[in-house]
Amino acid sequence: MRKLLPYPILSLSLLVLWLLLQQSLAIGQILLGAVIAVLAARAFAALEPQQPRARKLGSIFKLAALVIVDVMRSNLAVASIVLRDRHRQQTAGFVVMPLTLRDRSGLAILACIITATPGSAWLEYDSVRGTVLIHVLDLVDEATWVDTIKNRYERLLLEIFQ
Amino acid sequence: MSEVPVWVAALVGGLSILGAAFTLLGCIGLARFNSFYARVHAPTLGTSLGSIAILLASAIYFTVSAQRPAVHEVLILVFISITTPVTLMLLARAALYRDRAESSGDVPLQWGEDIVVERADAPSEG
Repeated sequence: MRKLLPYPILSLSLLVLWLLLQQSLAIGQILLGAVIAVLAARAFAALEPQQPRARKLGSIFKLAALVIVDVMRSNLAVASIVLRDRHRQQTAGFVVMPLTLRDRSGLAILACIITATPGSAWLEYDSVRGTVLIHVLDLVDEATWVDTIKNRYERLLLEIFQ
Repeated sequence: MSEVPVWVAALVGGLSILGAAFTLLGCIGLARFNSFYARVHAPTLGTSLGSIAILLASAIYFTVSAQRPAVHEVLILVFISITTPVTLMLLARAALYRDRAESSGDVPLQWGEDIVVERADAPSEG
């Protein structure tokens, strides 16, 4: 069983995803979805991933709410930069930030958050030193960005994953 | 197309235009910004608020006109959010690699100091 279905939850989610995308509960779709789900989970097992241990449901919701608000805010900020760009001082720059977070799933989520928020982009993670290189479009608020990422996102991700 | 109340039509129309406007601004930014690293930020307007507004409009329309549940929109948003960083990181790391190899631009070195910014008066580490 363990060999056939190494990640039962992943397989089940993939099957549900397949049926949702097909918008059908026909027996053929269920069979096809099940085959894909099992094969995909076995392919995933070949990557030998670390089992992520997500805890603290409250922190997950808190993080999601924070991210939604910040995405809206930075969208408006970047839109206004685009509109008044022409004669603007060049303020874009790189920031190297040390991170306490080491969990791979946590880092992946942090990379998604930072990239999904316009105005900041995750460029590369140095796993030896535990630092990340971030490019910020509007470095006037550099302190705000570093503070946001370290104190808001990273703290919650540490609660969730470590 | 099925009939929907006027307020729904207005809401759906407004959200579609909002999403399209943000995507357009992202494209303008892509053309206007003057360095590769500044340019990668602009299209994220389209992949965040731009797509959120358009997908929300789609979800509202199909829910009110009761044609299907609004599941596809959520899935699209999830897929966009997890695939954008992958593309962006590939492009940005390729650019970093090239700039470091050619020592061009103001790119920080791989084993540089902890804070490397373009301005000398930048505060050190948050």
